[in-house]
Amino acid sequence: MHAEAVAGIVDRVVTRYRREPNNMLQILREVQEACDWIPPEAIDRMQVVLGVPRTKIEGVAGFYSFLYTQPRGKYRILFSDNITDNMQGNRALMERLCSSLWVEPGKVSEDGLLSIDKTSCTGMCDQGPALLINNIAITGLTAARIDEIAELVRNKVPLGEWPVAFFQVEDNIRRADIMLDSRLQPGDALRAAHARVPSDGLLSSNMRSWREGLPSGIGGPAAMLDEIKRANLRGRGGAGFMTGLKWEACRNAPLKAGQQRFVVCNADEGEPGTFKDRVLLTSYADLVFEGMTAAAYAIGARRGFLYLRGEYRYLLEPLNAVLERRRQEKILGADILGIPGADFDIEIHLGAGAYVCGEESALIESLEGKRGTPRNRPPFPVTNGYLDQPTIVNNVETFAAAALIALNGGEWYAGIGTRQSAGTKILSVSGDCERPGLYEYPFGVSIRQVLTDCGAQDVQAVQVSGPSGVCLSPAEFERTIGFEDIPTAGAFTIFNHSRDMFEVARNYVHFFQHESCGFCTPCRVGTSLLKNLMDKLHNGCGSPYDFAEIEKMNQLLQSMSHCGLGHTACNPVLDTIAKFRPAYERRMAQKDFVPAFDLDQALAAARQMTGRDDPGAHIIKEEFGEDA
Amino acid sequence: MSQTFILDGKTIPFADGQTIMQAATHAGVFIPHLCYHPDFKPHGSCKLCTVKVNGRQTASCTMRAIAGMVVESDTPEINAERLALTQMLFVEGNHFCPSCEQSGNCQLQATAYHLGMMSPHYDHFFPNRAVDASHPDILLDFNRCILCSLCVRASRDVDGKNVFALSGRGIKTHLIVNAKSGQLADTNFSLDDKAAHVCPVGVILKKRRGFAVPIGERTYDKQPISATVDVAEGN
Repeated sequence: MHAEAVAGIVDRVVTRYRREPNNMLQILREVQEACDWIPPEAIDRMQVVLGVPRTKIEGVAGFYSFLYTQPRGKYRILFSDNITDNMQGNRALMERLCSSLWVEPGKVSEDGLLSIDKTSCTGMCDQGPALLINNIAITGLTAARIDEIAELVRNKVPLGEWPVAFFQVEDNIRRADIMLDSRLQPGDALRAAHARVPSDGLLSSNMRSWREGLPSGIGGPAAMLDEIKRANLRGRGGAGFMTGLKWEACRNAPLKAGQQRFVVCNADEGEPGTFKDRVLLTSYADLVFEGMTAAAYAIGARRGFLYLRGEYRYLLEPLNAVLERRRQEKILGADILGIPGADFDIEIHLGAGAYVCGEESALIESLEGKRGTPRNRPPFPVTNGYLDQPTIVNNVETFAAAALIALNGGEWYAGIGTRQSAGTKILSVSGDCERPGLYEYPFGVSIRQVLTDCGAQDVQAVQVSGPSGVCLSPAEFERTIGFEDIPTAGAFTIFNHSRDMFEVARNYVHFFQHESCGFCTPCRVGTSLLKNLMDKLHNGCGSPYDFAEIEKMNQLLQSMSHCGLGHTACNPVLDTIAKFRPAYERRMAQKDFVPAFDLDQALAAARQMTGRDDPGAHIIKEEFGEDA
Repeated sequence: MSQTFILDGKTIPFADGQTIMQAATHAGVFIPHLCYHPDFKPHGSCKLCTVKVNGRQTASCTMRAIAGMVVESDTPEINAERLALTQMLFVEGNHFCPSCEQSGNCQLQATAYHLGMMSPHYDHFFPNRAVDASHPDILLDFNRCILCSLCVRASRDVDGKNVFALSGRGIKTHLIVNAKSGQLADTNFSLDDKAAHVCPVGVILKKRRGFAVPIGERTYDKQPISATVDVAEGN
């Protein structure tokens, strides 16, 4: 591509993003969609038209897994490598495609046509194995489908002409409750919220938001906040912070001149094994946007963002269409419901392959077009969020619940679930069961109940809330989902007795190593060291010494890391060591310490270069056995 | 400065807005650190300065002092963790002190001595990092980079040049320079820049001056790093 053509693309994209450096990530992403990568000429041009130094652009581009500053081919294939994909045989399928297309994993083909690599969980665990091709999901991979893909790539068939069935993504709703059964008429929740007069009892202490955001005389915003508080709604992203408190803190945060408040929906559903937000955004987008609008109404915000993970790129156009329809219906945009001054609009920003951006302050950095590094806290986003202005960040499911509360009231909602955990929770069930998919339950459901409902048999373990959650053994299956017992962001991954829990933990450790942002020393280096230790055990070089090292590393990561990623990176290992110790003990092949370094493996490159594979080109391990 | 907190049993006065690190430095108490520099906005990334505040660990360079807080720093437990972090930094890059011209002036080396580091403990990563000798006055040896981002902050906030930035992610995070060629010679970097003088290790080196001060007579040859705490820096 010529430099002028690239510059033309950059100009078009940059103009559409109002020449704002805050939109850097979106600009880079769109330039790549047009150019297949981000060529140096594009950065040249961005430097000029955005007035941003090259270092900053390259720093951002280098952070995100899905942005390429080196050519990666016309077809960029990434196999989802979650543990569920592994269990469904993704590794063999990837090898099949690699050998069929004569390409090495991680490398670009000789002719520059394609590349094949692995990526973190793409949120298709209930219909895997899955892959992304140019960031668009293909599900339900089989050997036959892989062969078809190879043929299409070989014949250079444009992606738009590939069979539609490849890109089919199912909702798989298996159990619906108040949320998945809600049939909200767009606008109804807002109308209900607006109609609700301020009640005495919990009435908020001030009326700031409607003084600033809406004309005086309307008590709805304060009443909306009261309903959220009355509902005892807690954040669905995992941490379970009281939503009402968060909103109130944001609403009460002072604004400096020219500042405003922001509503951000965290749809960076990156926790391996979670896919509920994908379904909510596919089939319940109105509920989510309505919840965001209700939140904006309550806190007095005029702008909102949906931060959508890059793996869900295929949802961008449908979601934008929903937003456009809502604008037409006057339930988004200017003068919502005909109320003068009730202005709120939502913009969708896409991520680009960085799990850490699910952490709210990293998400805000990413929204600002920066590297997704978690901020130092305090201050918190409710006072110093997007562009240093008061911001609420809530999970997709939290906003959907807020819409239901706006419609039906907080008392109704608080009556569902348990004392400390009001409402329902959607579980993303996958792994060894007959019916993977979404299960919505009132809080308080037992693990055993879920296992029975989804047809899971011979269960060895359940990983609740993904790698950063907890791993449960059968003795704990009477425990319940809820903030009183097992809080969860939604992942529910089932392992039967044929699964090796050490390998499950090893997959998760690899995940954290890949997703560490690299900001702080303990997580950046520690996750790599932990990965090396787990690999060492896997390779049969493990000894009690390494086991002790793993435990020490876990301690260090927990106490010294900058954010939750590092704090939880060792959870899967700690849990499986505690509950599935034999899986580790099997790996203690060595009584005494042996190095991880494999002499014979070190000669592999030389063997490949010389084309030799005779005994003389190998170092046999026995020769350097225990006595060596 | 009427407010105080307790650091390892000692009463430390502080002014509003001061961090634990600033107040401690001002009081002449050393807390190990690598990415912190009094002239720049704290980064909080190396985590060497982690202390325990009311039982919870936090970076002292970013944590504001609060009246009455009880802070532990110089304890065997915390120092053991600091030592592990230092060892991690050693194995992550390529640090061969005996052949490094910064030996004796290097904060990483001095911190390792301070913490009693006898070996790198972990397996070396031996990353493959190129050296950039393109600039007439300055050599960049990325092998020793600890990603403290002091040069990034200095160039951006003081020099107004943005010569340096971090790119990549995770263990692949690395320092880049502001040129299409990736070469320092093609940037507007100069020996007069603040960023040329803030590297705590041996990445940004002045050419032809490597041994102007002989080994044995350098900053940390004369006194341990813990004795170099500059009280004035705490202001």
